[in-house]
Amino acid sequence: MADMSTTPLTQLDRVVIRFAGDSGDGMQLTGDRFTSDTASLGNDLSTLPNFPAEIRAPQGTLPGVSSFQVHFADHDIATPGDAPDVLVAMNPAALKANLGDLPRGATLIVNSDEFGKRNLAKVGYTSNPLEDGSLVEAGYQLHALPLTSMTVEALAPFESLTRKEKERAKNMLALGLLSWLYSRDTAGTEAFLRAKFGAAPQILEANLTALRAGHAYGETTEGFAVRYQVAPAPMPPGTYRTITGNQALALGLVAAAERAGLHLVLGSYPITPASDILHQLSALKRHGVTTLQAEDEIAAIGMALGASFGGALGVTTTSGPGLALKSETIGLAVSTELPLVIVDIQRGGPSTGLPTKTEQSDLLQAMYGRNGESPVPVVAAKSPTDCFDAAIEAARIATAFRTPVILLSDGYLGNGSEPWSVPTVADLPDLRVSFASEANDLDGEGRPVFHPFKRDPDTLARPWAVPGTPGLEHRIGGIEKADVTGHISYDPANHDRMVRLRQAKVDRVAATIPPLEVDDPSGEARVLVLGWGSTYGPIAAATRLVRATGGHVARAHLRHLNPFPADLGEVLRRYDRVVLPEMNLGQLAMLLRARYLVDVQSHTAVRGLPFTAAELAQVIHEHLLALAPEEVSV
Amino acid sequence: MTIQLGLPTRGTDGVPTVPDGTSLTKKDFTSDQEVRWCPGCGDYAVLAAVQGFLPELGLRRENIVFVSGIGCSSRFPYYLDTYGMHSIHGRAPAIATGLATAREDLSVWVVTGDGDALSIGGNHLIHAMRRNVNLTILLFNNKIYGLTKGQYSPTSNVGAVTKSTPAGSVDHPFNPVSLALGAEATFVARTMDSDRAHLTEVLRAAAAHRGTALVEIYQNCPIFNDGAFELLKDRDQAEARIAHLRAGEPVRVGSGDAAQVVVRDTTGRLAVVPVGEVTDEQQVIVHDPSDPDPSQAFALSRLDDATMQHMPMGIFREVTRATYDDAVRAQVDEAVERAGEGVSLDALLRGKDTWTVDGTRPGEVEQTLEGEVTEGPTAAAGDALVQEADEVRPE
Ligand SMILES: Cc1ncc(C[n+]2csc(CCOP(=O)(O)OP(=O)(O)O)c2C)c(N)n1
Ligand code: SF4
Ligand SMILES: [Mg+2]
Repeated sequence: MADMSTTPLTQLDRVVIRFAGDSGDGMQLTGDRFTSDTASLGNDLSTLPNFPAEIRAPQGTLPGVSSFQVHFADHDIATPGDAPDVLVAMNPAALKANLGDLPRGATLIVNSDEFGKRNLAKVGYTSNPLEDGSLVEAGYQLHALPLTSMTVEALAPFESLTRKEKERAKNMLALGLLSWLYSRDTAGTEAFLRAKFGAAPQILEANLTALRAGHAYGETTEGFAVRYQVAPAPMPPGTYRTITGNQALALGLVAAAERAGLHLVLGSYPITPASDILHQLSALKRHGVTTLQAEDEIAAIGMALGASFGGALGVTTTSGPGLALKSETIGLAVSTELPLVIVDIQRGGPSTGLPTKTEQSDLLQAMYGRNGESPVPVVAAKSPTDCFDAAIEAARIATAFRTPVILLSDGYLGNGSEPWSVPTVADLPDLRVSFASEANDLDGEGRPVFHPFKRDPDTLARPWAVPGTPGLEHRIGGIEKADVTGHISYDPANHDRMVRLRQAKVDRVAATIPPLEVDDPSGEARVLVLGWGSTYGPIAAATRLVRATGGHVARAHLRHLNPFPADLGEVLRRYDRVVLPEMNLGQLAMLLRARYLVDVQSHTAVRGLPFTAAELAQVIHEHLLALAPEEVSV
Repeated sequence: MTIQLGLPTRGTDGVPTVPDGTSLTKKDFTSDQEVRWCPGCGDYAVLAAVQGFLPELGLRRENIVFVSGIGCSSRFPYYLDTYGMHSIHGRAPAIATGLATAREDLSVWVVTGDGDALSIGGNHLIHAMRRNVNLTILLFNNKIYGLTKGQYSPTSNVGAVTKSTPAGSVDHPFNPVSLALGAEATFVARTMDSDRAHLTEVLRAAAAHRGTALVEIYQNCPIFNDGAFELLKDRDQAEARIAHLRAGEPVRVGSGDAAQVVVRDTTGRLAVVPVGEVTDEQQVIVHDPSDPDPSQAFALSRLDDATMQHMPMGIFREVTRATYDDAVRAQVDEAVERAGEGVSLDALLRGKDTWTVDGTRPGEVEQTLEGEVTEGPTAAAGDALVQEADEVRPE
């Protein structure tokens, strides 16, 4: 779109925008498109969608508010931003639900058409905040615009569309306006609309018209004193795209299967916030991916395990309640020593909990949620793009060690997005596996024989002998097996040995993982902030804030929760204090205390939302202060 | 019968066979493991029949897999020298579904008990049958939980006195054949441990069937439910009670003066009446397992009750329907073929919306709209706009 504005441009280093509206207002799409257009400008960015559990809560009510926050900058950023600089509110409910997060001085762009008596009453406004001066008094820069009627007016020539249909394009008008305000090019969105509505020319034209009308309004209005520009962030050379955690995870699984030379078979049962992975993989049949939507989570993992027995890379994806149902089959996979990847996109619990909100409270379930001594490697993704690498790592461990592996992500990572430097497949780890093809032992009389539980001396992995291989016929199952031969065994000494062997095998994974990376630029830190999973971004942002005020703080993040990196204990003991923020009641802290006898300081919150950088910075400051009151300026 | 274009039609199509001129024997299918059922257990007879029958299939031994659940009967795979998995209670159909779908070159069998299949695993069983996965399911029905030492099962009769029902069971039982027909299984049969010839005949048809073949096998547990099927084993009693289902023939019970036949009475129900009382030949039903409408097969399955006065045995239903595993594979194969050489994982990773950062000019960005578009909707892109709603995020 040609730029005709005369409004002066102001350079900003970072901006946080939150789009909020009714579930039916299309805010996720609006945010998504703004993100895409922002990404192609070269800004670093991070997003946080936040939506209700109900598909359509009653219109105009607080429970029905859906929002999408995007943080973009001319430098490297780690989180979707603590507080919005701009709130786009499509109705009174969206205003009311989000106003509390807005700092003084923030910009408000509000659809005034929706502020009629009824809508105001629905959310308990006794007077119209757009007119009673309260917002301006509170220090907000208010732009009350009749977005709905502007849209209808712009679409007047579209006679075949009803008024209701026209109204629905108001999100595109808002997007056009914001694109103008922040100097985004809308070419990407236009191309997207063309691809999407190519078959419906009227609808396509209507959306393009609304988008352009929003942009044009910005150009001609005098309502905005300045518009803004955020320069591209310096990023390492490469090809980039934006990607959500769930998309990245799905692609990671496909890439892992390709690098392992295995057929990817997903068994899954729909559950928020994991279903996207099932959808993504179901659309990748041309890459040889098989997806099976099972009758429940137990069947889903059963199908995956059956496929693994047959020599495929069996994967199952779920969230906490589904992981609970899969426990017994994970135990079977531990016992049969077959590769299997179990993906848990964590959400608020217990029980149904908060299906659309994020939490890290399945760690102990992943570690111990099974009967018997049932060790399972656990890996966690730390950011949306990292879900790709974490999936490959989970598959590596599963195939190399013939074990189920639990991969933990969460709703925040799954739905959040950020720019991704797209890797080249040839540069990804080589995960090739070899199936057993011949006898691997001698029997009592010295004849060659196949023993399904004769282990690799390095990894302790047993051979993967798939049906169809002549001469290696054998039976596996959940009953305890005799070491080496794999026959049923109830022998006490054998059971003790097998329990320890299975544990030792998982422990040996530690030999294949790199030492823990510690970020301690000054080398003077006495406090280490340790994290796992999606707290990575907030912790990174918080430590930056602390360092910017002269505080010395070190930071490390765990990819592997089981086994821990071999040097973890040594790293923990190097610091006077270890602070561990978690979105649970201190699950990793408990494991570390038990394992290393280190007095880990937990900071916990389970609000269904990620930590803010400011909150964690405050926590770190308090710990610095407690250790050395004289050195810290808060 | 419908004709399946391009899809295999026999149960064992696609499974490698032994080289021409060679054959396997019962001994080849016998593992070195000591069989540990109680003396006199009906499971022995079924094992012997299966081991005796398998060579007849002419398949390579390594391409046969037995998957079982938990129970006395589920120990079965250990005694067969094929590939096998003794899994967990009730889940064998799910595991077998994954295996059969991933590997079309395998002949996959499920061994399960009445508790395993119909209690804890009821869900997986019905879904395997409705999907019509190419599996042969051997359901050992001894009307008791054997392995856990004698509690009543979902097939135990009302009033059954067992360890957990000292005052008699009040639980209404399932009829496994009715259940399978209700789930639209494409092959449903009933046979008996002690009738080797009949068992083998049913196994032969079940193995030849492409799709889920459910075979209910009445199996005596001499320890916890001895004689449960005695009325069907005693020569004279059996003669008077068993209705052998034969395609194209009237359904008869008994012989000579006591001969009876199944008719459709004036209310439309099936009834068993003495041959001499048949007034209208039209009333006599002729068994047609290939009838796409399962209602007559279902009505036949309702003829038996706790008294076992009339017991239909044999193949109730045998119809052709596309199998789940064939269809899943066909979709993938077709997509792979259509994409041909054009499919590139690198292009998939790039997606359709990329930009390039060039190292020589920091911050310089070039946008491209290329690469691969996914077949379905992407995660974040909802469908708002003028058409639909975008935020579909239920539990
Ligand atoms: C999850 C689980 N629950 C319960 C059991 C105990 N259990 C083992 S076998 C069985 C019932 C077996 O009955 P059936 O399937 O009829 O087999 P049978 O022993 O009669 O052949 C039960 C309840 C178990 N192994 N696993
Ligand atoms: S308990 Fe019954 S079913 Fe189990 S092995 Fe003994 S006789 Fe057979
Ligand atoms: Mg039983």
